[in-house]
Formats: sequence, structure tokens, C-alpha cells
Amino acid sequence: MNKYQIHLNSKRCIGCHGCEVHCKTNKGLPPGPMLCEISHEPLRSARGVPRTEFRFRSCYHCEDPQCLPACPTGAMRKREDGIVFVEQETCIGCMACQQACPWGIPQLNPASGKAVKCDYCRERVDRGLKPACVTKCATHALRFVRLVEF
Amino acid sequence: MVETVWSVCGMCTARCPIRVEVEGGVITWIEGNPHLLGGALCARGSAGLALLADDERPRQPLLRKGGRGEGRWQPVSWDIALDQVAERLQAIIAKDGARSTIMSCRGGPFVDPAKAFIQALGSPNFTNHDSACGRNVHHASLSVYGVGRPDLTYDIKNARHLVLFGRNLLESMKIGEANQVLDMLDAGGRLTYVDVRQTVTGLKASRFLMVRPGTDYALTLGLLHGLIKAGAYDAEFVRRHTVGFDELAAFVEPYTLDWAAQECGVKAKSLKELIDELGADRPRVIFHPGWMLARYRDSFYASRNLHLLNVLMGNLEIKGGQIFAKGAKDCGRKGIRNLTDLVPKPEERRADGAGWKYPHFDKGPGIFPLFYEAMATGEPYPLKALFCYRHDPLTCFPDPGAQKRRLDTLELLVSIDTHYSEFGWYSDVILPESPYLERDCQVAVQKGPKPRLIYRQRAAEPRHDTRPGWWIFQQLASRLGLGQYFPYSTIEELWAWQLEPTGIKIGDFAAQGFVDLADKPILDDRESMARRLATPSGKIELVSGKLAAQGIESLRPYESPPKPPAGSFRLVFGRSAVNTHGHTINNPLLHELLPANRLWINKRAAAGLGVADGDWLEVISQDGAARGQIQAKVTEFIHPEAVYCLHGFGRQVPLQSRACNAGMSDQKLQTGLLLDLDRVGGGLCLCEGLVTVRRSDRNGKREVEL
Ligand code: SF4
Ligand code: SF4
Ligand code: SF4
Ligand code: SF4
Repeated sequence: MNKYQIHLNSKRCIGCHGCEVHCKTNKGLPPGPMLCEISHEPLRSARGVPRTEFRFRSCYHCEDPQCLPACPTGAMRKREDGIVFVEQETCIGCMACQQACPWGIPQLNPASGKAVKCDYCRERVDRGLKPACVTKCATHALRFVRLVEF
Repeated sequence: MVETVWSVCGMCTARCPIRVEVEGGVITWIEGNPHLLGGALCARGSAGLALLADDERPRQPLLRKGGRGEGRWQPVSWDIALDQVAERLQAIIAKDGARSTIMSCRGGPFVDPAKAFIQALGSPNFTNHDSACGRNVHHASLSVYGVGRPDLTYDIKNARHLVLFGRNLLESMKIGEANQVLDMLDAGGRLTYVDVRQTVTGLKASRFLMVRPGTDYALTLGLLHGLIKAGAYDAEFVRRHTVGFDELAAFVEPYTLDWAAQECGVKAKSLKELIDELGADRPRVIFHPGWMLARYRDSFYASRNLHLLNVLMGNLEIKGGQIFAKGAKDCGRKGIRNLTDLVPKPEERRADGAGWKYPHFDKGPGIFPLFYEAMATGEPYPLKALFCYRHDPLTCFPDPGAQKRRLDTLELLVSIDTHYSEFGWYSDVILPESPYLERDCQVAVQKGPKPRLIYRQRAAEPRHDTRPGWWIFQQLASRLGLGQYFPYSTIEELWAWQLEPTGIKIGDFAAQGFVDLADKPILDDRESMARRLATPSGKIELVSGKLAAQGIESLRPYESPPKPPAGSFRLVFGRSAVNTHGHTINNPLLHELLPANRLWINKRAAAGLGVADGDWLEVISQDGAARGQIQAKVTEFIHPEAVYCLHGFGRQVPLQSRACNAGMSDQKLQTGLLLDLDRVGGGLCLCEGLVTVRRSDRNGKREVEL
């Protein structure tokens, strides 16, 4: 069962793309891979005010991740708490995971030649901290939520 | 071992407080100061790490070898560079006097050493970038309250209604202020946003008024009229604390709401609703008087009216309104020492005329473009040397070509900056300052309702042969025999000297990165508030005594801006949250987010020119002398008379491989605007330029390759 999710309060988000860079600097990524993404639809007029809303996407950490069985080396792993991550030591950079993921989420890190993807900042989570993007969101629009079963 | 280092972000001039984690001398994490910002930071704030890692910045002192701007540099040691600057300065001073030297800074809390240095030389000519930014707002504030823009703060979080005229504060952002706006909205507050195009700030607005470019002043006149007619203002406050109300009321008589609606191209009904809301929401209504208001020839008057609208709301010194910034004295404490206080004030008149030719201009930083006038005429006296510290006039002010012609009359141009600015590239000497994460800065007071002391601690040792500003100015001063004005040799000595009168120790900053001077925000009662007004009458001056003494009108009749001829547009510019003007354009991680700007053009106007979204455009300045290439962003949410681009692009410093020639520069197209300066407000008129736009030949017509 997945324990975590990232939720965006789009009323507060100002599309500053901070989260994307917070993520990249936390992982030391060069230009190229982006593990989360802020996007928006073109503006549309709603009662006289041109509007759009920002959306946030990282990895869905699927219940049944299609990236996982596609990985030939077993580098793509899923933890007890549902976090799907790439074990860097084992990854050979074949990008089969990217092909298999319906949204093409895993990306190639040109610096290491290996796949990278959002891992909910598992090292921070294990230290009792929130993910980088959530901790440093410019407007406190992102929340790291723990899912509970009813 | 993870170490915490407290600092202040230097990626933009908002200077948000930050907490930096360092492990084994390497920075691993930057976040907004948790005590003040709860960790929040913007993209640029995090990209500070990419700035450090980047080698495309000056890495040691450089002396120009070829002609100015040729880009041939000789790397030298600090000793050689400083000796050379000192020698050349000495020769200039011996011949033309200290007054022939100018120091320009980009403002902010850490300018004390630079200001002390130029003052110690004996020159009155300290200046900054502000005539391309907030001078109109500052001078408008002085004319109404007798105190300047930094002396008033806005309690946005507790306001019921915030009205913004082109003040795009969710993109030109300060983390704290942006959060205040969102908190206000979450609490049910209203936001009215006025601009010539839609912005992120406008997205969050409850009312968006897309006005015709150049008509802000008309709208403020209509609102003054509407509020007075509806009796929707604080009559008691106006009676007790202001002078000139009857004159104001009579003056705005012809400027009805219907007139304003027509002039600005908005619905009269929206304005009437706005007046009703303002009446209901006051006094907790804030009209932001603007920040960058160097736009139109009447921007000073528009800003002045925004101040007056605040006064009609009776919003001074209340929760949810404007609050006077408090300093150490207001907390019953002694302030810190500044180097500038040690140095005798130069007696000489300023070369830009501030304080004597223009008595209404604050002679603190004066008006930079007026130095260009002085360079061209040699009046009131010859100018010979210009230092730009963290300031890039060639990106900041219009028409770099015209600027360079004037700079060529000077014998010495010195750039002190962390990056190659366009000015640095044209200068004679580059003294590279260490980036903010690699340098300490002195202690500074941050005035506000709850004043505090801040400082900057270096988080890492410089990767390259760069130095902090406090050291550079101290070194130059000692070489010129002025070392007594810089009584320190290490930053620890400087901090201790600054803090001595306060009883506060630098160790007291260790807990939170700052030291509060008060436990809670200080709000005066109305009577003590009145004592802060520094106008000739001691009241809020709806009609300014000081301006009247200069024969300058406080209430200027409105002139409608001419409509641009067909195919011509007014070129307006702005900011995004991922870049700070030209400073950050070459940052690898920010360049990845936004590699080039685009030209916003109205859908109907674009159709008229046969331009589709993404097409390459050729943009030509009004005199035909300058051209730019840029891709079109076609949208219905910009006024048809305007085209818009982000400022800071189109840089031409070859050593900045990412930024060089990426996008289009607005200032290069602002030909003829360098001295189009409002002699009342001191602001440039940066949006008074027209450009013509056409489809570029760069759009392919043939498909030759398979
Ligand atoms: S940092 Fe926060 S406000 Fe900025 S884009 Fe990301 S989610 Fe939105
Ligand atoms: S990478 Fe794709 S398939 Fe794998 S967990 Fe993420 S979203 Fe699911
Ligand atoms: S949770 Fe961590 S890895 Fe995932 S997008 Fe946010 S910062 Fe990046
Ligand atoms: S707004 Fe961003 S860049 Fe500017 S000081 Fe704050 S964190 Fe730094």
C-alpha cells in the first residue's frame, strides 16, 4: 500500500518553477532531467478574468508500476511504503523503464548515464523530513500527505 | 557533520533570509530561513548552487587589453589590479579633482563600504539604478509624507483589499510578500489588478482591469473622483492629518469614473463596483504605490495619486494598512555603526544636479542618467571615472549605444560584480566580487514594523580568485591613504565595530540568523504617527508645499497618450519569477527553465500582421537604428496597443555561452529614451518608446531538405 502522496494547492501555486529547481539541486542534477514538472493550460477568460491553474506532476509511485518489471537489472525497486526508486548502483541506463512507464517519467541523467526519477526524496523522508520540493515550495502550496486506509 | 550557515539570498534584490547547510566545506542545501519563511525559496534561490559551480563568470581580476568592449582581457593578481586602479584614480584626482569620480550601486542593505569609499575620496557623486526603477515612487512619497518609499511598509496579510497597478508582485517576487498576498486571499481578501496584460498576479485577482497602456494616471484620477463623490473615504482622517483636500477635490471634478473607464478602455460598471468595495473594505485597503514605475511621462503623478488614494482610505499605521518602518531608535536602542558616518560629507555639488539644480530630488543617490548629461556637456564639471558596483547601467538604462558614446568620454571604468555584466564587458577593469554564498557582508538594519539586524555569512570558500566588497573597498582606500575610514582588516573586526554601541554580539545571530530589535510589531497611535510626517506643513500634503516652492504642480492635468500608428506598438517589459533582469540569465539551471524571452502580441494585432504564434519577428526601434529578433507569443490577454517582453535577455557577452544573443533586449530598442527623464519624479520613461513589428525573414518559406 502506498503511504505518501504530494498534493498541490493550486490556489496558492504561482508557477514559479521553484520546486523543479529545488528538486534538481537536492539531487545534484545537471540541465536535462526534471523530476517534477509545473504546467498549465493556456489562459482562458472566466468572468472577465483570464485564468489558468498550475498543475504539479512528479512520479505517481503506482500501486502496480509498469516501469518495475521492465527493468532488466532489478534496479527499479518499490519499497514497503510504496516509494518507487532507481537503485543507482544497479542501473545500466538502458531506459527500458522510461519506455514502459505510461507517462515516460524516468529520465536519463547525462552526468551519470543512469536513469533518475522522483523517489519522494526517500533519504529525507527516512530522516523524518519532507521532500525537497515540498519543504522549499515558494508559497507553501505543496503538501506531503500520508495516506491512511479507512 | 552538517553545519548551519545563516545568510541572505543574493539571486535578486529581494534578499530573502536563507539557511544554508554545509558538509565538509560543500554546500548541500539552501532553504528559506525557517524562522521567517518556513523554508520557502524560489527557483533562483536554489539555483544559487549552479551560480557557484559555473565557470562562466570572472574568476580573477581582469585588465582590458584591446579597445573597450573588444573582450580581450589580461588576468592579473589582486595586488596588480588594485594598484593599477588606485594609481589611475590618483592621477585623475590630481588633475580633475575627486568630484570627477562616480560610484553607482544597485542599492540595498550592503552598500555602506562602497558609499563610504566614494565619500572618502571626496566625491559627492554616489548614485544607483533607481531612476529605471522606483525613483518616481520615492519622490512621490517624499512629496506626500515627507518620508521616502523605504519608510513605509505594507501589512498586506491583514488587508481586506489590495489594489495593484502593474505591480506584478507574484512574479517580481519577494518570498515573504508573495506569501502575504496569498494569505490575504486565503482569508477572503480581495485583489484588484490593473495592467496592460495578464500576469501570474492577475491570475489570482478578484478583478482584472486590462487598461490601455499609458492610462494609469487617468484611472487613479477617476478613482479619486469616485471615492470623493461617493463619500467612500475617511473624512475624519483627511480633516485631521492632511492639507490640500479641497484643492484635490476641485481638481478631480472633471475626471469622472465614466471618463476614466472610457479613457482606460475598461467597463464603468467594474469601476463603480470597485468604489463600493473600497468604501466597504476601508481602512484595510492598500493601494500599492508601485515599485518599478519608470514607465510613462506621468508615472510620478500616477504614483502620487496612489499615495493619495491610500490617504483617502485612512490606512496609515493600522493593521492591514501602511505601517511606518521602525528602526533601532523606535525600539529604544542604539543603532549600529556605519562606515559612512565616519567620513566627512563632501561639500561639492553633485554633478547630476540633485539637491541644487533639482532641489526636489533626494540627493542620497541622485539620478544616474543625469550624469550622462553631465558627461556630454562637461557641465557642471568634467567627469572622469565611473565605478559600477553590482550595477549594470548598460542593461538597466535605455539605449546602450548612446550610453557607450558618453562612457567614452571617461578615462576609467571599473566594474565590481560577480558576473560579466554588459558594463563589465565594456569597462577597463573587472574586480570580481565573490558570489553571495562565498562572501560575508556587514551587519545591516532591516527597518520595518518589527525591525531587525541581518548579516550575511559565507557558506563556502571562494572557488576562484574573487573577493568580498568590504575587502575590495578597504584595500582601495588604504592604497589611496584613506585607510582610517575603514577601521578593520577582517569581517569579524568589522562586525564587532559595527555592533559595539548596540550591546549585541555577532554570536547572538547564531540562533536564527538575525536579531530582532523589538518583540512585536510597533504600531504608533495616530498622534505619534503624525510626528513622523516630515513635510513643510507637518501634515500629509495632498498638495505638496515643497513642490509648490519649486513652482512644480502637484496635480497635473491629464494628457491622453497618443495611439500608436498602425504596425507600431508601445514596447513594455517585465519580470518572471525565474530570472532577475540580466543577472541570472546565464545561470545553467535557470537558463534551462527559460532560455529566451518571447514577444507577447495581441491576437488581433498579430492577425493583422500575418503573424502566428511562434513565428520569428523583427522588432525595429522608433528611429530605425536598432533591431531585434524574437519569437511571437500570440495572446488575447495583452492590450492591442502594446507588445511585451521579459527584460534582461539579448545579452551580448561572448563568455556567457548560454545567454549570449539569446532572446531580445528591450533596452537596446529604447533608442532616444536615455534622457527622456521625468524632471519632477526622477524616473525614466521606459514605456514611452514605440517599435514596429513585422514577420522576420528568418521564418523559412521552403523545405529544401528531405
Ligand atoms: S515552488 Fe510551489 S508555488 Fe512555485 S511552482 Fe512549485 S508548487 Fe508552485
Ligand atoms: S515511473 Fe511511471 S510506471 Fe513507474 S511508478 Fe512512476 S509513474 Fe508509475
Ligand atoms: S519528492 Fe523529491 S524527488 Fe520527487 S519531485 Fe519532489 S524533490 Fe524531486
Ligand atoms: S525572491 Fe528568490 S531570488 Fe529573490 S531573494 Fe528571495 S529567494 Fe532569492
